[in-house]
Amino acid sequence: MKQRSYLALEGVTVEFPTKNGLFCALDRIDLNIEKGQFVALIGHSGCGKSTLLNAVAGLNRPTRGVIFLDGDVIDRPGPDRAVVFQDHSLLPWLTVEENVALAVSKTANGKSKAEQKDWVQHNLELVQMGHAAKKRPGEISGGMKQRVGIARAIAMQPRVLLMDEPFGALDALTRAALQDVVMELQARLNNTVLMITHDVDEAVLLSDRVVMMTNGPAARIGQDLAVDLPRPRDRLSVIDLPNYAHARSEIIHFLHERYRNPAQAA
Amino acid sequence: MASKPDITSPPPVSTTGEAVILPYPETAIARRFFPPMPKPTHPAAVAAQKFASAVLPTAFMLAFLLAFWTLACGPDSALPSPSKVWEESHEVIMHPLKGVEFHGIMPEIQDGGDVGIGAHIMKSLGRVLKGYTLAAIVGVALGMLVGTNKYAFRALDPLFQVLRTVPPLAWLPISLAIFQQAQPSAIFLIFITAIWPIIMNTAVGVQNIPQQYRNVAKVLALNPMEYFVRIVLPACVPHMFTGLRIGVGMSWLAIVAAEMVQGGTGIGFFIWDSYNSSLLSDTIVALVWIGMVGFALDRIVGAIGRLIARNG
Repeated sequence: MKQRSYLALEGVTVEFPTKNGLFCALDRIDLNIEKGQFVALIGHSGCGKSTLLNAVAGLNRPTRGVIFLDGDVIDRPGPDRAVVFQDHSLLPWLTVEENVALAVSKTANGKSKAEQKDWVQHNLELVQMGHAAKKRPGEISGGMKQRVGIARAIAMQPRVLLMDEPFGALDALTRAALQDVVMELQARLNNTVLMITHDVDEAVLLSDRVVMMTNGPAARIGQDLAVDLPRPRDRLSVIDLPNYAHARSEIIHFLHERYRNPAQAA
Repeated sequence: MASKPDITSPPPVSTTGEAVILPYPETAIARRFFPPMPKPTHPAAVAAQKFASAVLPTAFMLAFLLAFWTLACGPDSALPSPSKVWEESHEVIMHPLKGVEFHGIMPEIQDGGDVGIGAHIMKSLGRVLKGYTLAAIVGVALGMLVGTNKYAFRALDPLFQVLRTVPPLAWLPISLAIFQQAQPSAIFLIFITAIWPIIMNTAVGVQNIPQQYRNVAKVLALNPMEYFVRIVLPACVPHMFTGLRIGVGMSWLAIVAAEMVQGGTGIGFFIWDSYNSSLLSDTIVALVWIGMVGFALDRIVGAIGRLIARNG
């Protein structure tokens, strides 16, 4: 019998009821992700990337099919699948520290209060936000908020880390800085990560595998590309490697030739 | 004719080979900008200017209003002019705390009708405090229920929408029939008037908790109690306090109406009494008091809301 992958989506179909009957967002998706793999999910807007991520998070249920995480069936949201939301979703009435502490308290596993506090501080320092622990989200910049969002997610020590276009709302320079943070964290923690992105370079730079999705409705996986670049990576050393250029061109051909944006094609 | 600027020629070049930036002529600057007003530098002058800019518009408006009022009331008009109010109601204006003794900060008000207007205000405030506190507790609780549970919403919302349009005075006969006494029925009247905006706004606040916070709660797997305390309560504080603020204003409106009908003590009774004794100038003084106290109540609730929203 075949050994099941760490995170395994088997025939996952997601349909939403609408006025005009069922809308099929995802059609029989099979996806296997091994432990410690960093997988980027790329595709045009509206192709169901977020639906797929939310299904893994447990925020919406597949109509058909099953998702396994380390052998367990996923049927509800839980702190073992931490999500970094695109809009950071920090609670504005809590300080940076309290936001992370709330997540830590739900995944404490018998840690004492002092240990939890140290753990919060440690994770804030991993994203270079230790200095802003007492500030409220309203007092820090967008990039800093997203750093805290990442700290909150990794502080939960999730079995799989889900990132929903984590840098989509940031400017190019801030985005690059945060990509560096993510690469550093990945080198250190070796999490299993599923990340949605619109950005071809981001996908290649950060991930071990790029999963490309066809346009919805009834989106499927169009191509699954392994990114063969040495780790740890840094932006300047990989950019001139032939494998980088190859991966980049594969994705761009997929997105702009084989599956053009339906809005542009029309 | 003045020569046109030659746009084809290269910019003037200095001997070192760098482009020279021509200074913008000062005459042009003088033409284009009004010279800034000299700003006061002395701290006392700065404070005085700030104070004047905050207070003068109100003061002018008041002066204008008083002047208009004086002019509009001729010598024989039934409505007393400001100077006449001052003359006739001198006693009321100057001795608001007649019949009040203070034990520490707790005031004790003399029995019987002959007390100052401040004492009447205190009586009314006491009733408002009781009725409003009840309305705040029950209103927030009901608002939370209606906001979180869609069946409770469907069951109760139509009832609320109908009842909230009933004017306070229309409740009076019912209230009297239930409680048989003036004091509790006045408090009930406050309660029933203030509660609707509190329920409505709290419910809206709960219903409008952004999806992103709900998702965070789901991912963190908060239990219902944690969800309520950590997410629902802080997220709906702004809406809740909008309701509480409208509520306190309405309860102050209702107390005056209730006391006018029931008599005994309170600022509403004071107005009714002065009207019956044809002391219109006393009524005008009471009006000013009511307005000031209502304004203060609104500001106090608003300030508490801001304080909680900041520290929530």
